Amino acid sequence: MKSSKLGVVLAALLLMIGAAQLGPVRAQENNTLIMARAVDATGLDPHAQTAFASLRLTELIYEPLVQVDANLEVVPALAESWEFSEDGLALTFHLRQGVTFHDGSDFTSADVVASFERILDEETGSATRTNLLSITSMDAPDDNTVVLNLSIPDVPLVHALASANASILSADVIANGDPTTDAIGTGPFKLDSWTPEEVTILSANTDWWGDGPHVDGVEIRIIPDESTIMAALRAGEIDFAMIEDPLIATLPTEGSDITINRAPDISYQVLQLRAMDIPADPATPSANDSPLAILEVRQAISCAINRQEIVDVVALGEGRVTGPLTMPAFALPTDQLFCYEQDLDQARALMEQAGYADGFDMTIIAGVDEPPTSLTIAETIQSQLGEININVEIEPLELSVYVDRWLAGDFDAAIARNGGRTDPYTMYSRYWQFGAQFGNVAGYIDETLDSLMKQGQVETDPDARKAIFAEFEAHLAETSPWIWLYTGFLYTGQTSVVSGFVPNPTGSLVSLSQVTLTR
Amino acid sequence: MLRYLLQRFLFAIPTLLGVSVLVFVAIRMVPGNAITAMLGTEAGLLTATQRASLEEYFGLDKSPVEQYFVWLRNVLQGDLGYSVRLGEPVLDLILHRLPVTFELAFLSVVVALLVGIPLGVGSAVRRNSAIDLGGRLFALIGLAAPNFLVATLSIFVLSKYFNFLPNAGNFTRLLDDPILNLKQMLLPALTLGLAFSASVMRTTRSAMLEVLGQDYVRTARAKGLREKVVIVRHTLRNALIPVVTLTGIEISYLLGGAVIIEQIFALPGLGRLTLNAISQRDYALIQGVTLFIAAMVVIINVLVDLGYAAIDPRISYANRS
Repeated sequence: MKSSKLGVVLAALLLMIGAAQLGPVRAQENNTLIMARAVDATGLDPHAQTAFASLRLTELIYEPLVQVDANLEVVPALAESWEFSEDGLALTFHLRQGVTFHDGSDFTSADVVASFERILDEETGSATRTNLLSITSMDAPDDNTVVLNLSIPDVPLVHALASANASILSADVIANGDPTTDAIGTGPFKLDSWTPEEVTILSANTDWWGDGPHVDGVEIRIIPDESTIMAALRAGEIDFAMIEDPLIATLPTEGSDITINRAPDISYQVLQLRAMDIPADPATPSANDSPLAILEVRQAISCAINRQEIVDVVALGEGRVTGPLTMPAFALPTDQLFCYEQDLDQARALMEQAGYADGFDMTIIAGVDEPPTSLTIAETIQSQLGEININVEIEPLELSVYVDRWLAGDFDAAIARNGGRTDPYTMYSRYWQFGAQFGNVAGYIDETLDSLMKQGQVETDPDARKAIFAEFEAHLAETSPWIWLYTGFLYTGQTSVVSGFVPNPTGSLVSLSQVTLTR
Repeated sequence: MLRYLLQRFLFAIPTLLGVSVLVFVAIRMVPGNAITAMLGTEAGLLTATQRASLEEYFGLDKSPVEQYFVWLRNVLQGDLGYSVRLGEPVLDLILHRLPVTFELAFLSVVVALLVGIPLGVGSAVRRNSAIDLGGRLFALIGLAAPNFLVATLSIFVLSKYFNFLPNAGNFTRLLDDPILNLKQMLLPALTLGLAFSASVMRTTRSAMLEVLGQDYVRTARAKGLREKVVIVRHTLRNALIPVVTLTGIEISYLLGGAVIIEQIFALPGLGRLTLNAISQRDYALIQGVTLFIAAMVVIINVLVDLGYAAIDPRISYANRS
C-alpha cells in the first residue's frame, strides 16, 4: 500500500519534470518582439477596417503609396516620388521597383489601380472612398507609373493616400482571393496567424524592400486590462506595449526597466455644441431653438472653460491645450485664438448679452469607455460651466450607442475624441462644408467656413494654403461651434531590450520594422 | 431513472427555445449594430449603396423574424452559425474557449471546497473557538473583498516584488504545457476559489450546526460512535445538501465566464468571447454562446439533482409511477 502510494508520487513528479522539459522555448529567449495591447483588430481587410486597433495591425502587413513620418511629413513608401501636373488635374506616382508581395508576386502599377478601384467600389464598404472621390480615372502607362486623373486640383489627396486604409493589395488577391482573410501585402511583416482576442503572430518579411526588419517576428498578445500590461512589462514577460489610458501610462516606473514613449497625438478632445440642424440633402441649415444657437452663448462657454485645468485634472497634465488644427505645421499659437484663457467676467457678460444671465440646462453625451477620459472631461466641464449658471447634465452612453447618437446629431452637446489628420482639409472636410457628410454632426456651418475649405482644397501654394487655414482656424475658435480642448499623447511602453522604435503622432507602429532586440 | 432524465431533458427544450427568443429580441433592441461597431464614426461616411452592401454581408438586410427562423433551422441542424467579425464558425469558437472556462471553473470550485468545507466543519464543531472566529473572519473578508481588487493587487505585488507574472497574454492550454498552464491558472483559480470558499464555509457551518442539533446525532453519540464517524458520516453528509446546491449555482455562473477575472488575467475564456461579441454586436456569436451556456446550466442542474440522491438515500429518482 505504502509503496504503491510512493510510486504514484514518483510517477507524477517524473511526469511534471518531463512536461517542463518538453515545454516550448520561452519566447523571451529568441529574437521575436513580444508586444501586448488591450484591444484587438476587428478584421484584416485594410480597406474596410477603420478602427485604431485594426490600423495598427494592417499597417505592419500592408503598405500605402506614401506614409507620414514622425514629423507628420509625407514620405515615400511604395511610391518613390510623385508630382502634380501643371493644372493640378493629374497626380503621377513613380513606383518603387523590385517590390514583391508576401506570396512572391511582383508589385506593379496594376495592383495600385486594382486597389483604388476596390476602395472606390461601393460594394467594398470602404469609408476611405470619400477621400478618393476626386479621382475620375486612372492610367498605368507602364509597370512603375500610375497617373490619377482628377476632377479638381485635389492637393490633400496625397495626405489621404498616406493611410493604412489606402493600402495596396495584390490585384490577383482582389480578383481571385478574399482580402478579408488573405492578408497578403508588401509590408515588413507577414501574417502567420491571427487568433482574435488572443494572439497575432507576424514573421519578418525577409524580402522587404526597406532596411529591416531586424527582428524575426512580432507576437502581438491581447491583454485586456492595461494594468496587467504594465505588470507584464515590469516582470519582463513582454518587451513592448501599446497603452491607451494616461492614468496607467503615467504610473511611476522608477526602479523598473520600463520606458514610456510619448508621441503628441493629433486626435483631439472636444466639446461639440449643436447650433443648427443641417439635413444632409437638401443642405438647408436652420438654427435650432436651443440657447447654443446664439453666438454669444457659445462664446461664453468657450470663455468659461479652463482648458488647462481639464488637462491637469483629466490627464494629470499629460496633454496640450489645442485649437482646431492639431498638426504643428498649421496650428496657430493658442494665444491668438478667441478666449483661450479662462475669463469668467467676459463669459458672464456674454451670457447677459444673450439674455441668459440666469443660465439654462444643457445635456452632454459622453461615451463611457472609449476613450477612458470622456466622462471625467464631462464632469470637469459640468463644474466649470456651473460658474456661469449653465446646469449641465451628463448622459453616459455605451460606445456603440454613443456613436449612433453622434452620427444622427441627436444631442445638445457631446464630448468627443475625434481623429486628427496630417492635412487640415482631410481632417475637417467632412464637417465644415455645405453638404458635408458630417454637417449635421458638426451642427454649425457658415459661408466663411465653406469658402475657406474650398479654397484650401485647391490651393497649390503652401504659404497661401497656410494663410487660408489660419483664417479658418481663427474663425472656428471665434464662432465656437465646438470647444476644442486638448490633445493628449499616444503611449507605448518598452523594456530596455528594445531599441530603435520611433513614436509617431498618428499612432503608427510602422517603425517596429526598425526595432532591434538585445537580450 | 432513465425516465426521469428523459423527462428533464424534454422540459429543457422549451427552456432553451425561450432563452433563444429572449436573447434574440434583447440584443436587437440594444441600439447600434455590427456596422457601427466595426467602423465607429466612420460608418457615417458610407453611401447608401455601401451600407446596403455591408448590411447584406452581416445578414442585417432580412427582417428579424426571418433572421430568427433561419438561425433556428440551422441550429436544429447542428450549425450555430458563423461569427461575421471573427470569420469562424460559432461552434468552433465556443469549443476552442470552453476548455479554458471549464478548467477555471473546476479548479476554483476545487479550491473553494477544499478550503470551505473543512473550515465550515471546524467552525461548527468547535463553535466560538479560535478556529470558528478565524474561519468567520476569513469568510467575511472573502465575501467583502471584490474579485478585481484581489486580482489586481496580487498581479501588482507579484510583478513588482517578485518579477513574476505568468499571465502575460501567452495563455497556454493544459495539454500543450501542463506546468505553464497550471502556473497561469493558479492566481485566477485562487482569486475565484477563495472568494467562493467563503460562501461554502458559511453554508457548511450553518448546515452543520443545524444537523448537530438533531436527535439522530445524539443517538449516534449515545451509541458510543467515535466523534470522527459522527461528524463525517452522520453530520457532514446530511449537511452537504445546501453546499451541493450552492456549488451547482456557482458552477453555472462560472461556466458563463468569469468575465472580470478573464479580463485581468488575460484568459481567453467564454466570458471574454461573450463580452466582445456583445460590444461588436456579433449576433450569431452572442446567440450561440448564450444557447450553449443555457444548455450547460440545464445539465448542471440535473447533475445537482442526481448529487442529492447520491448523498441522501431518501431522495430517489427511480420510477415512481
